[in-house]
Amino acid sequence: MTPRRTHYCACALGAGGESRLREGANMAAERKTKLSKNLLRMKFMQRGLDSETKKQLEEEEKKIISEEHWYLDLPELKEKECFIIEEQSFLLCEDLLYGRMSFRGFNPEVEKLMLQMNAKNKVEEVEGEAVELDVSDEEMARRYETLVGTIGKKFAKKRDRANYEEDENGHIKPTVKVKKMFLKPQD
Amino acid sequence: MAEALGVVAESLAGDRARAARTVLDQVVLPGEELLLPEQEDAEGPGGAGERPLRLNAGTRSRGRVVCGPGLRRCGDRLLVTKCGRLRHKEPGGSSGGGVYWVDSQQKRYVPVKGDHVIGIVTAKSGDIFKVDVGGSEPASLSYLAFEGATKRNRPNVQVGDLIYGQFVVANKDMEPEMVCIDSCGRASGMGVIGQDGLLFKVTLGLIRKLLAPDCEILQEVGKLYPLEIVFGMNGRIWVKAKTIQQTLILANILEACEHMTADQRKQIFSRLAES
Repeated sequence: MTPRRTHYCACALGAGGESRLREGANMAAERKTKLSKNLLRMKFMQRGLDSETKKQLEEEEKKIISEEHWYLDLPELKEKECFIIEEQSFLLCEDLLYGRMSFRGFNPEVEKLMLQMNAKNKVEEVEGEAVELDVSDEEMARRYETLVGTIGKKFAKKRDRANYEEDENGHIKPTVKVKKMFLKPQD
Repeated sequence: MAEALGVVAESLAGDRARAARTVLDQVVLPGEELLLPEQEDAEGPGGAGERPLRLNAGTRSRGRVVCGPGLRRCGDRLLVTKCGRLRHKEPGGSSGGGVYWVDSQQKRYVPVKGDHVIGIVTAKSGDIFKVDVGGSEPASLSYLAFEGATKRNRPNVQVGDLIYGQFVVANKDMEPEMVCIDSCGRASGMGVIGQDGLLFKVTLGLIRKLLAPDCEILQEVGKLYPLEIVFGMNGRIWVKAKTIQQTLILANILEACEHMTADQRKQIFSRLAES
């Protein structure tokens, strides 16, 4: 680039030749710094930079971003805002009953709902209620007893399957098998 | 009433904020500022006299105060926006501060999130129903917002049906949306309200009065004859009884009981019980 320029400038005759030569050199020097910001932000341009210039660039960017943010210039308001909550609903203010009601058995489902919802309102604060068992313990034990028989039947051999009798109610109970002892022949 | 108004006029002329504690259950007018209890100590009369020594100094110990309907936050004070009586509810459990609100009277309903209302289906467009709830615009109700509704199994809702549902979205910037299902997916009483019956409109204050836990009117009404009532927080009540005459009597009682004293009410009920 530079040799061509000097050649060109040398060709030009007259008093402006020398100043143009100087201009050319200056322009060359200026051209280096006239690269756009976006170009400078690209990765390949940043590899050559040292860490200081990188930090400077980052700070400048942060400054621009934070200046663009709008904020209220009233520092006192911030403290006072925290303690009051606005609610437009009456549910918080007054304990209202559930809206559907039925009296003297006109609509049994609604009456059941009434009990459920109004009780829920009062019991809400009490937590940790014991979970009601669907099946009582005795019932559970009875089922297990017969369950053993049913599963046992599945794995018993064909000969042994005859031992499993059906009780009333369809409960399968394994009958105790009498083991055949050796009978000594009588004389 | 005259004394209450006199006191109010005095304070407004003096342009001093009053302590909320001193005004409980009294009439307040829009524009008044109320001080919360912790602040009035600091701004007390000139600071003269003993100032009680507080172990937990600082405002952080107060807990959150909830300002309910009719009040707005203004700096760290409460600004009254509706005229009525100021009420306060003490905090029950851990939530500190309590609730302040203004008990006012109005007929026009403004949708509020979480309210159960009675709506009338006015249009069916594609996947949503337009339901008139008495607010500034009709609420939208999706057909999937019913219990057991799927894309193939659509709910049986026609134009003109009554719906009991609750709002999930209700603010001044968006169209209100309602659903007939609670957060667990169960109907819990919401949905289409059955056949027959009568729908009529009352003021919002009366609904809240009737739904209060210890309402005598409802207990007396319940003893008359078998009936079913649905209350919507938008001022609408639906009643149904076995005959048309009974339904009409019930509707008249509920409309009139707002302006009757307890004695007049008891007279009417005794007359009804006789006939």
